[in-house]
Amino acid sequence: MAGKTLFDKVWDAHVVEEIPGGPSVLYIDKHLVHEVTSPQAFAGIDARGMKVFRPENTVATPDHNVPTVDQHLTIHDELSRFQVNKLTENCENHGVPLYGLNHPYQGIVHVIGPELGITQPGMTIVCGDSHTSTHGAFGSVAFGIGTSEVEMVLTTQCILQPKPKKMRINVEGELRKGVTAKDIILYIISKISASGGTGYFIEYAGSAIRGLSMEGRMTICNMSIESGARGGLIAPDATTYEYIRGREFAPKGKEFDEAVSRWEQLKTDEGAVFDREITYDAADISPMITYGTNPGMGAKIEARIPTEADIEASGQNSFRKSLKYMGFEAGIPLEGIPVDFVFVGSCTNGRIEDLRTFASFVKGKKKADHVTAWIVPGSKQVEKQAIEEGIDRALKESGFELRQPGCSACLAMNDDKIPEGKLAVSTSNRNFEGRQGPGARTMLASPLTAAAVAVTGKVTDPSALIN
Amino acid sequence: MAIEKVNTIVSTAVPLSIENVDTDQIIPARFLKATTREGFGENLFRDWRYDKAGATREDFVLNQDAYSGTILVAGKNFGSGSSREHAAWAIYDYGFRVVVSSFFADIFKNNSLNNGLLPVQVSEEFLQKLFTTIEGDPSTEILVSLPDQVIRISGTDIEESFEINPYKKECLLNGYTDIDYLISIKDKIEAYEMHRN
Ligand code: SF4
Repeated sequence: MAGKTLFDKVWDAHVVEEIPGGPSVLYIDKHLVHEVTSPQAFAGIDARGMKVFRPENTVATPDHNVPTVDQHLTIHDELSRFQVNKLTENCENHGVPLYGLNHPYQGIVHVIGPELGITQPGMTIVCGDSHTSTHGAFGSVAFGIGTSEVEMVLTTQCILQPKPKKMRINVEGELRKGVTAKDIILYIISKISASGGTGYFIEYAGSAIRGLSMEGRMTICNMSIESGARGGLIAPDATTYEYIRGREFAPKGKEFDEAVSRWEQLKTDEGAVFDREITYDAADISPMITYGTNPGMGAKIEARIPTEADIEASGQNSFRKSLKYMGFEAGIPLEGIPVDFVFVGSCTNGRIEDLRTFASFVKGKKKADHVTAWIVPGSKQVEKQAIEEGIDRALKESGFELRQPGCSACLAMNDDKIPEGKLAVSTSNRNFEGRQGPGARTMLASPLTAAAVAVTGKVTDPSALIN
Repeated sequence: MAIEKVNTIVSTAVPLSIENVDTDQIIPARFLKATTREGFGENLFRDWRYDKAGATREDFVLNQDAYSGTILVAGKNFGSGSSREHAAWAIYDYGFRVVVSSFFADIFKNNSLNNGLLPVQVSEEFLQKLFTTIEGDPSTEILVSLPDQVIRISGTDIEESFEINPYKKECLLNGYTDIDYLISIKDKIEAYEMHRN
């Protein structure tokens, strides 16, 4: 018999029932909930007069809508306040654990799940949020769902899902100087395109992936959705177990050891078959940045923006529209493009390692005068740790300030909007038109690149500036 | 929530020949603050329909009188990005019942099906033919038959069949939802939980 993939092992263990000719009924171990995609689901369950089926397997936090300054005050935007309060009310009614604003565990759902040890290998995890794929870094099957599905999980702890196809992407060899996890994933998406992963679940493997920290692996899995994939995952190993050990909701003592021996089974068997497999050479990856309005439009910073001749015919309309929006001419060099804003944060790069990278680069240097920088920790715990490590002070000396946790300018639902026409280099995950505010222009890059840009005030390849 | 039954739709169509239309374009994040499902149609494609002063952008298809109908025909990779179901709600609330494209993002497709909005995936050639035909004559009617799984340019034999999961087809034809099904098998779910522990 052919071996099984890691994905198959986790998926198959959670199938309650297969509907002939239809989707599987998939059991969900952990359901993460936030304020934006849940109110209509709670309204649905209330209308049926039912209660949340397994509140103990559910956890909620407000993140999308929260301000990143003065969090101790009431939210001044009326609609945002209403939505955040609605979440509190719904959680209280249904006994769902909530880490509300000002709670020491509040933060972006995909940052707090791992840091609290809620996310563990072999689990199925969903959230009404496409970047749920982040949790796949631990060898779990984690993916985003819509609000109707949120209602299903609240009501039955299950959803109906067709089983996706399987892809494996291997990155082999050693990464070059200045190349980080973010560059790996931007490189992959630039190769397979913003729709190349659609219909698939991706397993990331190879020595360059194995060599990454958990934070780096989360960055990779996080952006699986930007290739269109439902999710991504990485087999757990010693790095994973060490990260989980001792965290709030992680198994303790003997239970932890037992868990590790179970988790060790979670790898793709030799001979298991993927529907698609691609291998990249780590040495071919350079620091990357996007120049267009979908995450597949990425290039090496040292390169030029492509010209129409480089784009296939059916995509030329979108390419032109995209460059027009960005205000860029085809064929110009990326390095040197003047930048107005720098945003460091989000569930892609708002973890402690990202803040450390940024802070250690800007140390002893000064922020470029014309650049406005927003440095936003992914959670209360990240904020606390950054303060304990003196990152906030180091930032201040270089002219930066640390804000309070939330999704912030990643989707600009709160006040953190990049003004119309301004160009931002952002460590988040989407460069869509208006994503960071109406008319805002976004270039996606790593925290290291963001640091280099914040100091020089223009698109800069960081690798030449580090030792 | 019950959904409206879907069967055969005959309508003129609106051609949106742009690729990679993401859910942030369909409904920008700043309009996601509502806590009900209604009213999102007003802000469908908000920043393409209106400029920042709120004035109508005449060059956008939804603002052109020539085009109307309950079928939206869109470029490849429609609905990518965020999982926000508000995108499907907005399209439905605006009045569309079918979206045709040569490629749909996964979550958007699920969300549409869960709300009685039919995603019809066709070949790139057929899609281009639809665009030229509709743009050439906006009064062209398109027929979409869910029972036969066929999309046709009315009055011609230009047609293509489309795929849909048999379970989902049943649901749409009868107005059933996944959640009703899941609630009906709750004892099985509990048995699964018991068996695992
Ligand atoms: S940080 Fe951005 S991508 Fe992540 S959950 Fe928040 S809004 Fe979504």
